[in-house]
Amino acid sequence: MSITLQAFIKQLLPIYPEFVVLVMALTVLLLDLFVDRQHKAILGWYSFTGIAIAAYMTVKLMGVRGAFFDGTILLDPFASFFKLVFFLSCGLGILVSMKYLDIEDIHRGEYYSLMLFATSGMMLMAAAGDLIVLYLGLELMALSIYVLAGFMRRDSRSNEAGIKYLLLGAFSSAIMLYGMSLLYGMAGTTNLNGILVFLRGADLTNPVIFLAMVMLIVSFGFKVAAAPFHMWVPDVYEGAPTSVTAFMSAGPKVAGFAVLLRVFVHALEPVQSHSSDILAGLAVLTMAVGNVLALSQSNIKRMLAYSSIAHAGYALVGLAAATAQKSVVVDGAASVMLYVLIYAVMNMGAFAVVIMLRKAGARGEEISDFAGLGKTNKAAAFLMLIFLFSLTGIPPMAGFVGKFYIFKSAVQAGMVWLAVVGVIFSAISAYFYLRVIMLMYMYDPKEEFRPLQSPALALALAVAATAVIVIGVRPAEVLEFARASVAGLL
Amino acid sequence: MLELIPNQLGYPLLSLLIFVPAAGAVVLLAVRNANAARWIALLFSLVELGLCIPLLTNFDGSLPHMQFGESIPWISAWNINYRVGVDGISVLFVALSALLTTISIMVSWTAIQDRVREFMVAMLFLEAAMIGVFMALDLFLFYIFWEAMLIPMYLLIGVWGGPNRLYAAVKFFLYTLVGSVLMLVAILAVYFQAGGTFDVLALMNHKFDHTFQLWAFAAFFAAFAVKVPMFPFHTWLPDAHVEAPTAGSIILAGILIKMGAYGFVRFSLPFFPNAALFFTPAIMALSVVAIIYGAYMAFAQSDFKKLIAYSSVSHMGFVTLGLFALNSQGLEGGLLQMINHGVSTGALFLAVGVIYERTHTRVIADYGGIAAKVPIYAAFLMIITLSSIGLPGTNGFIGEFTIILGAFQMKAVYAVIASLGIILGAGYMLWLYQRVAFGTVTNPHNEHLADMNLREIAAALPLVALVFVIGIYPNAAFQVMHASADNLIKLVHAKTQVLPSATQAISALAGN
Repeated sequence: MSITLQAFIKQLLPIYPEFVVLVMALTVLLLDLFVDRQHKAILGWYSFTGIAIAAYMTVKLMGVRGAFFDGTILLDPFASFFKLVFFLSCGLGILVSMKYLDIEDIHRGEYYSLMLFATSGMMLMAAAGDLIVLYLGLELMALSIYVLAGFMRRDSRSNEAGIKYLLLGAFSSAIMLYGMSLLYGMAGTTNLNGILVFLRGADLTNPVIFLAMVMLIVSFGFKVAAAPFHMWVPDVYEGAPTSVTAFMSAGPKVAGFAVLLRVFVHALEPVQSHSSDILAGLAVLTMAVGNVLALSQSNIKRMLAYSSIAHAGYALVGLAAATAQKSVVVDGAASVMLYVLIYAVMNMGAFAVVIMLRKAGARGEEISDFAGLGKTNKAAAFLMLIFLFSLTGIPPMAGFVGKFYIFKSAVQAGMVWLAVVGVIFSAISAYFYLRVIMLMYMYDPKEEFRPLQSPALALALAVAATAVIVIGVRPAEVLEFARASVAGLL
Repeated sequence: MLELIPNQLGYPLLSLLIFVPAAGAVVLLAVRNANAARWIALLFSLVELGLCIPLLTNFDGSLPHMQFGESIPWISAWNINYRVGVDGISVLFVALSALLTTISIMVSWTAIQDRVREFMVAMLFLEAAMIGVFMALDLFLFYIFWEAMLIPMYLLIGVWGGPNRLYAAVKFFLYTLVGSVLMLVAILAVYFQAGGTFDVLALMNHKFDHTFQLWAFAAFFAAFAVKVPMFPFHTWLPDAHVEAPTAGSIILAGILIKMGAYGFVRFSLPFFPNAALFFTPAIMALSVVAIIYGAYMAFAQSDFKKLIAYSSVSHMGFVTLGLFALNSQGLEGGLLQMINHGVSTGALFLAVGVIYERTHTRVIADYGGIAAKVPIYAAFLMIITLSSIGLPGTNGFIGEFTIILGAFQMKAVYAVIASLGIILGAGYMLWLYQRVAFGTVTNPHNEHLADMNLREIAAALPLVALVFVIGIYPNAAFQVMHASADNLIKLVHAKTQVLPSATQAISALAGN
C-alpha cells in the first residue's frame, strides 16, 4: 500500500516545528555557500526567521494533544511550553552571536546550523514519550554543542572545552544508556507510559530499579550541571565562545529539566519516595557548590558558570518538592518550568552584556573589566544591574518570582528545611553578583573603550530586560501558562 | 476585627503615593542635565509631600481600621492581591517618609556633584518602595517593597558614600538580605498554615498554633531585628551611617530602621502574639542592653556620624522596649518615639551633612568653638541635641516618658535601666555639643566657616517645627495612632487568652 505525499505530510503534523527547524538547519548549510564572508549575518537572520516560524507553528499546534508515532512523540502543553523556551534561548542565542562571531573571526554557516540542530534535539527531548527518542534528542543536542564549544579552532581553550565536554558527555551518555537498558530489561518496553505501568505493579524494593533510577539521575544531573556532576561546567563555559556559553547555559539545561520532569514526575512516579530525597540532597549540594565556588572567581564566565550550577540547584529544589508529595505535583513542576524560563532569559541577558565587553585583543572576560562601566556605558551597566539583581532574586525582577515559586513549593511539600537552605545560599549569592555591580558603579574605569554594539545585540538585550521586568512585576499570565502546561505531565 | 475601608476620595490616593515617585524616577532616566534632574526630583518629592495633605486631613483617627483601601487581584493563582491601606500606625510614617525624602533631596543639592541624575533616580525609587512598605496589606506585596528598598540604598551608600563605602554597602546589603530571606520562608509557612492567604488583615485574625508561632516569630524577628537594629545585630549600622552620603543617612536613620520596628507592630505582634509573649523577656532584655550599650559606645566615638549611629542603637532600644511592653502606653510611646527619632536623628544627620560639606571632616576634635562663627547652625544643632536628649518641651521627652511609663507597668527594672539610658544620652549629646560648638576656635580652618544658607535652613525648619509641635502638643500624633494602637493591644491580648481546657471554655461561655 502506498501513501500519497499529501497523506505523508499530514502525518508529520505533530512534528512540524521540529521539521521546520531541521530543514532550516540543512538549508543554512546550503545557503552558506552563496553568502560571502562579510554578510554571514544574513544566515543568522535566516535562522532566526526559522525559529520564529517554528515558534508560530508550536503555538498553532497547542490545541492538538496526543501521542504520535507509536507513542514515541508526545504533543502536549508540557512539551509546547519547553519548546517555546528553547526557541527563546535559541533566538536570543542567535541574536547575541552575530556580531561576536565577526569579532572572533569564526563567522561560518555551520555555527547557525549546529545551533538549530541542537534546538531540534532539545525539542525532541521535551516531546519524547519513549526512552529511545529521548536519548536521540539528547545526543543530537549534545553532539551539536560539543562542536559549538570547540568552534574557535585556533584557540586552545576552546579546543579544550570541546574535548572535555565531549569526553565527559560520552561518559554520562553511557551511564544513561545503562540506566535505560536496566529499565527496559525489567519493563520490556522503552515507552515512558509502559514503564509507569510496569512500575506500578512492580516490587519496588528491587535494587535494580533503584540502580536504574540513580543512573538516570546521575546522567541527567550531568546535563543540568548539578553537583557533584558539574566538574566540566567551569572549564567548558570559560573556553567556549561566549555566545555559545550563553546558549549552552540556557538551552541544554532547560532541556535537561524537561527530561527530569518527564521522567521523575511522570514515568518513575512510583519510586518518588526514593527519588525525592536524592533530588533534595542533590539540590543542597548543587546550591552549595555553585554559590560557594562562585565567590572566589575572577573570570566572569567562570563566575556565571558557577552561578548557573547554583541555579540548577534552585530548580532541583522545585523538582524535589514536585516529587515529594502528590498534592504539590502541579505547583512543584510549574515552579521548575517557570524558573527555567526566567533563568534562561536573565542569564542570556547577562551573557549578552558580557559579549558587549568583548575587546579586540583581550577577551574582556575578567570581572575587573567591568570596572567603571557605569560611567563609560550607562545603558550596558544598567541592564547588567537588572540582570544581576534578577539572578540574585531581588524584587521587582523576575528572578525573585522564580525563586519565590520554587521555595513556595518546597514549603508546601513540607520541606521547610530545604527552603531555608535555599534562601540562605541565595543570600550568599548576593555577594558575588554585587561584586560586579560594585565594580560597574563604584570603581573608576581603567581605560576608555567602546563596547560592542549591533542592532541584533540591542534587540536581544531589550527582549531579555523587558521580560525580566515584566515577569517580575506582572507574573500572573506566565505563571498561569506554566501551571496550565503541567497538564501534559500528569 | 480590622477592616479595609475602601477609598472614597474619587482618586487612588495611596497608589498615587506609591507611583508618583516611581514615575519621577522613570522620568529622570530621560534627563541629561544635572540641574534639571535636581529640580525634577524636587518637584516630584514636593508633589508627593502635597499628596500627604489629603492623606492626613481625610484620615479618620477615631477608627482603628485600614483606610483609603485599594485591592486589586494581582497573581490570582497564588491568591495575591495588590492591597494597600493605612491605619493610625502607618499613616504618620508615610508622611514622614515623604518629608524626609524631600529634605534629603534638598540637602544633596550641592553635596552630590557626581552622577546627579542617578542619585535622584535612586532617591525617588527608594521613596516609592518605603512608602509601599508602610501601606502594603498583602505579605507578598510587602516583601516586594521591603526587598526592593535594598537596591537603591545599596547604591546610595556604595556609589556616593565615603572612603570605606564598598565594605559598608555590602555589609548593609548582606546583613539585611539574610534576615529578610528567612522571613520569606516564614511568610510562605504562614501562607500555608492560614490556608493560602497573604492577606494581612485575615492573618491577624488567624490563630496559629503555639510551636508554629515560635518558629515564625523567630524568622520574622531575624528580618526585623537586623533592620531595627537590635543588639547584637547592629554592627552594620555604624558602618552604613558613617559611609553613607548625608541623604542616605537621613533616610536610613529616619525611615529604614523604623521599618524593623514597624514590622514588629504590624506583623509579629498580631500574627504571633503567644510567641511575642514568650519572647518578651528576652527582647526587653536585649532592648535595655541596646540602650545602655549604644549610649556607652556613643561616648567613645571620635567620629560625629558614628556617635549618632550608636545613639540610634540606644534610641531604638527605647522603641523596642516600648513596643514589647505590650500595653497601650508602651506601644504608643514606641510608635511616637519612632517618629521622634526619625525627626531628631534625621535632623542630626542633616546637621552633620551641612557642616561636613564645608569642612570635609567628621572628626569631632576638628571642631570646637564654631558657635561664634555659625550662630544659626549652632542654634539648630542645640535644638536637635535637646530633642535627642528628651528635654521636656521637645518631642523626645514625650516619647521616652511614655515608653518608660509602659515599661514600668511591665516590669519596673526595665524602666529603671532605661532611665539610666536617658541620663547617659544627655551626657554624650551635651558633651558632643560642647566639643563642637563651645570654647574657642581651635582649628584654623573653621575661622571662616559659612553659616547655613537659605536652602539648608528651609530643609531644617520643618524638622525643628516638628520637634516643638510634638513636644508641646503630642496629642496631634497620639490621636492619630490611638485607636489603631489600642485595637492592636486588644487584639494581642484577646488572641493570647488561651483557655487551658475545654471545661473552662464552656464555663466561660456559660458565664457570659
